[in-house]
Amino acid sequence: MSSLETPLHKVQGLGAAHSGTGHFWRERLTSAALIPLSLWFAYAVLGVIGTNEVVVVSFLAHPWNAILMAVFVVISFYHLSLGLQVVIDDYVHTAGTKLVLRLLVTTVWIAGSLVSVFALVRIAAL
Amino acid sequence: MADHPQKTGARARPMSPHLTIYRWQVTMLASITHRVTGAGLGLGALVLAWWLVSVSNGPEGYEAFMSYAETPLGLLILFGFTWALAFHFLNGIRHLAWDLGYGFNKHTATRTGSLVYVLSVVLALGIFAFVWTGHAGYLQ
Repeated sequence: MSSLETPLHKVQGLGAAHSGTGHFWRERLTSAALIPLSLWFAYAVLGVIGTNEVVVVSFLAHPWNAILMAVFVVISFYHLSLGLQVVIDDYVHTAGTKLVLRLLVTTVWIAGSLVSVFALVRIAAL
Repeated sequence: MADHPQKTGARARPMSPHLTIYRWQVTMLASITHRVTGAGLGLGALVLAWWLVSVSNGPEGYEAFMSYAETPLGLLILFGFTWALAFHFLNGIRHLAWDLGYGFNKHTATRTGSLVYVLSVVLALGIFAFVWTGHAGYLQ
């Protein structure tokens, strides 16, 4: 069967969106990672609910807990940005609005991650 | 988009899927709910960041956050996040199973969709019951 694709286009394997299946694959990888991380998060939050500030700080100040919480927050924000981008691509058809919303989503996931990780570092230093 | 159906031509042509005439099904509702819970959990992620910042501000910051979280509205919102996470978690596993090629049979997809709704409500209520009966706070 003859193809309308040029040999270069075919070997790149990136398709009409010029990004291949990268977005789809990253969304799946982050969701798979979030299965055990969400279970740990539920265990952590339920474990400190109804206690006090001292318990929460000492739990989050523990290196393993701080690392797991940081990984959970950053992967959650990243997974969120990937999901919201699909929603924007589906419903927003104006180039300008689309650009603004994409910038907003990118800003929120990076800023949210940085703020959370910085807060965890401060908690460890309390 | 080269031609926007709503802008070109005098006739208002139907858009697909036309939600007002389309028969509602579990699979379609679960798909929409997956998106809505995902977007809702975006707000949840912001609240989580706010919680971490509050804790990092010492006892006053922690108390300030708790004074919002422990109001009836705060608890209602937290219940919403709990259910949304339970639903998105369970339905996400359903989506990953599809990606691996499992559960795509029409009746299987409908059954697992209903199952996700039931389990997510049971899980969210179970978590709140767990807390209210004094079983939480086991890490102190």
